[in-house]
Amino acid sequence: MNQTATQPADLMVEMHNVNKWFGDFHVLRDIDLEVKRGERIVICGPSGSGKSTLIRCINHLEEHQKGEIVVGGVPLTQDVKRIEQIRRSVGMVFQHFNLFPHLTVLENCCIAPMWVQKKSRREAEAEAMQYLERVQIAEQAKKYPGQLSGGQQQRVAIARSLCMHPDVMLFDEPTSALDPEMIKEVLDVMVELAHEGMTMMCVTHEMGFAKTVADRVIFMDQGQIIEENAPEPFFNNPQSERTQLFLSQILGH
Amino acid sequence: MIHNQDMIPQQPAPRSTIGPLAWMRANLFSGPINSVFTLLGLYVLYLLLVPTIQWAFINADWIGTSRDDCSGEGACWVFVNARFTQFIYGLYPREELWRGNIVFAGFAILIAWLAIPRLPYKRWVAIFALTAFPVIAYVLLHGGYFDLPRVPTHRWGGLMLTLILAVVGMVGALPIGIVLALGRRSNMPIVKSFCVVFIEFWRGVPLITVLFMASVMLPLFLPSELSVDRLIRALIGITLFQSAYMAEVIRGGLQAIPKGQEEAAAALGMTYWKRTALIVMPQTLKMMIPGIVNTFISLFKDTTLVMIIGLFDLLGIVQAALSDSRWLGFSLEGYVFAAFMFWIFCFSMSRYSQYLERKLHTGHKR
Repeated sequence: MNQTATQPADLMVEMHNVNKWFGDFHVLRDIDLEVKRGERIVICGPSGSGKSTLIRCINHLEEHQKGEIVVGGVPLTQDVKRIEQIRRSVGMVFQHFNLFPHLTVLENCCIAPMWVQKKSRREAEAEAMQYLERVQIAEQAKKYPGQLSGGQQQRVAIARSLCMHPDVMLFDEPTSALDPEMIKEVLDVMVELAHEGMTMMCVTHEMGFAKTVADRVIFMDQGQIIEENAPEPFFNNPQSERTQLFLSQILGH
Repeated sequence: MIHNQDMIPQQPAPRSTIGPLAWMRANLFSGPINSVFTLLGLYVLYLLLVPTIQWAFINADWIGTSRDDCSGEGACWVFVNARFTQFIYGLYPREELWRGNIVFAGFAILIAWLAIPRLPYKRWVAIFALTAFPVIAYVLLHGGYFDLPRVPTHRWGGLMLTLILAVVGMVGALPIGIVLALGRRSNMPIVKSFCVVFIEFWRGVPLITVLFMASVMLPLFLPSELSVDRLIRALIGITLFQSAYMAEVIRGGLQAIPKGQEEAAAALGMTYWKRTALIVMPQTLKMMIPGIVNTFISLFKDTTLVMIIGLFDLLGIVQAALSDSRWLGFSLEGYVFAAFMFWIFCFSMSRYSQYLERKLHTGHKR
């Protein structure tokens, strides 16, 4: 790991002692995590371990009750303006795509740049077409999401996020809802994004993806970070018993 | 083992499963019992339709000026004919009818412009229809400006009054209903409880009591110099009453929008109002078209209740005409005419809503 002292601005995401409860249920326990600019993190763990909740706290889709989260040097508070400022710099891709079904693919990509960043329609559309080109779906720009396959929809969702020029991209199980033959087309886009130096935090069970692009793999269980390591030692030489058990379960079949 | 080396080309469906004959065989004559029921149904239809058509069209009297022109064998539409102006305009002065005609024509043109997809400048026409047109219509109908003689609202009536009540009620109830529905889902306790109390109050009382209170009780509480026109009070009562219903229809729609839609919009940095206006509300309104139009149609028919506070809407003026001693005994014709007029408007709304549903469908049936 990089041992040189890093400037605070080089830390994209900092989580210090973050705790969260759903009612009485303690979902996140003493989470400490720092993500540097350009770093790629893969988070894995059994279902219910709090990994989705963790990344959803970063753009305040979930609220944490204790501890501190700092995104791009801006501390996350209750202040709505502050939250919206952070969300503008954090892109998110969801398990179920969450494209806007009443808008075309192109409009899906343009709506935030036009209404949040106040870009002109022409500028937003030109840029959106570039990103749609990059995820290789530009020819579907005039279609509605309901007319696309799952893989195509997820690629549009990635393009929609990129149109906001985010500093960090959060991926919440981006391939879990896809048919097997569509997983690769989405992962290819994500790998390409990683090679371009995007800071990424990705909740996924795609261990092939983790091995290819991750700088660090984080294993969570019962709301805690259990183990954190570079992919090679993480997969070949897991330290904790729970990690070993988890890896044997998902790699075993 | 390989089953088929060559792809099997697509083949047409068997002849016996498509076309009108196949449809009839499948739906009307699929067995002996169903065939008997079909024939029985046709016979009942024959028994009902033939006398109706004879009464309403074949034996009916159409032309004339007084009841002497009625043969008595069928419907006497002479009655409706002679009273037609009154049915449309109520007691509006005869020599001022051109003002009503202009408003009617303007209304028809605006509606047609907004409904016909090919015509351009929809947004400007809509803005005009919602802002300038009501003012123009009021000035023209009410008068008192530009040397137009005043026609107080108690002389307005007939279809014109029905349309005024219905259109103002619809245009007012939809936005108020949207705000109430959003308020009821708000996290802010005061906003939320205000909306809950408002909706439950207006939904809990009959429209008749609302109209009564507006016309009888309200003047007792308000200082006498602050007298509000009776029509205005009825309009406010109807609008608030229907907005409570509309709020619940829209809230039903809001609940059906997946949470992920709002989250995706939030993750893109949109504020609450942008998320609502750009993402949530368009989907909600589209999904709730049947429910919204249902409320509109019931509102349209509920306007007849203004009869009890002394306003003569279409049904009220027809009923008043029935008690005219020169035209006693034509209540059937009068009511059929009133029912037909209401049906025309309600059916048009229903058809238009179905057209809108098809047009706005973007292939995302879940």
